[in-house]
Amino acid sequence: MIEISKIIVAILILLGAFLSLVTTFGLLRLPDVYTRNHAASKAATLGIMSIMLGTFIYFYMEHGHFNSRVLLGILFVFFTAPVSGHLISRAAYNSGVKLWDKSVRDDLKKARENSKSTR
Amino acid sequence: MAFQILLNFVLALVWMFLSHSYNPTSFIVGFLLGMLILLSFRRFFNTRFYMIRVWAVIKLILIFIKELILSNIAVLKVILKPKLDIKPGIFALETELKQPWEITTLANLITLTPGTFVIEVSEDNKTLYVHAMDLNDDIQSEIDGIKNTFEKAIMEVSR
Repeated sequence: MIEISKIIVAILILLGAFLSLVTTFGLLRLPDVYTRNHAASKAATLGIMSIMLGTFIYFYMEHGHFNSRVLLGILFVFFTAPVSGHLISRAAYNSGVKLWDKSVRDDLKKARENSKSTR
Repeated sequence: MAFQILLNFVLALVWMFLSHSYNPTSFIVGFLLGMLILLSFRRFFNTRFYMIRVWAVIKLILIFIKELILSNIAVLKVILKPKLDIKPGIFALETELKQPWEITTLANLITLTPGTFVIEVSEDNKTLYVHAMDLNDDIQSEIDGIKNTFEKAIMEVSR
């Protein structure tokens, strides 16, 4: 195993773990569902992706084993994480979860009211 | 576009039969030669030469990855800042895109953009409602600028 690939693997896995930790901090600190969703759907996605990439490189360089399932896993996480984040926040909005008090504007509420009054 | 790719594959197969060597190398050689033939006969097709579109897709994927990394740095900054002084909000964004897959791609790109998040797509597929993490007039125009580049990149693919 080449030394430089060891360093790359270490950086990738540590970075992924760090991003997952930051996601947890974000979930604890941020005020409402929507801002928490920002943290959960972004940092966690990249964190998991970099951990999986590190795993892939490790097994490829150390054992010469090309594991295509890990690559497919990266692809699936990459495509599905934003969609699931969108669906969670949409479901929250439609079931009436309020925005944080300090939110500055809400165009969707206006649009909903307009469509109600014209109907 | 799909027809051109299929034609290219057929040309590669024909090259394999002509050169009488059935291995990946001669397939690749035949594919490249077929690409040259398609390039020189491109005025007989209704659509553009398909490699232009493939190149646009590759550019779109690179934008995806770049935005993912940038958005992570932005979220990281907000979370690790000691004082929580963000101004979240929802704003409406008009889009010119028509087809469902284009709108899905745009929504995914926006979700991966620094500090923005699609909450709802309106019934007539013309407006996206975006939740932004830190909203003021400056950032609004900046975000709109990013959107325009995304929309342009997606239109480049579908044109």
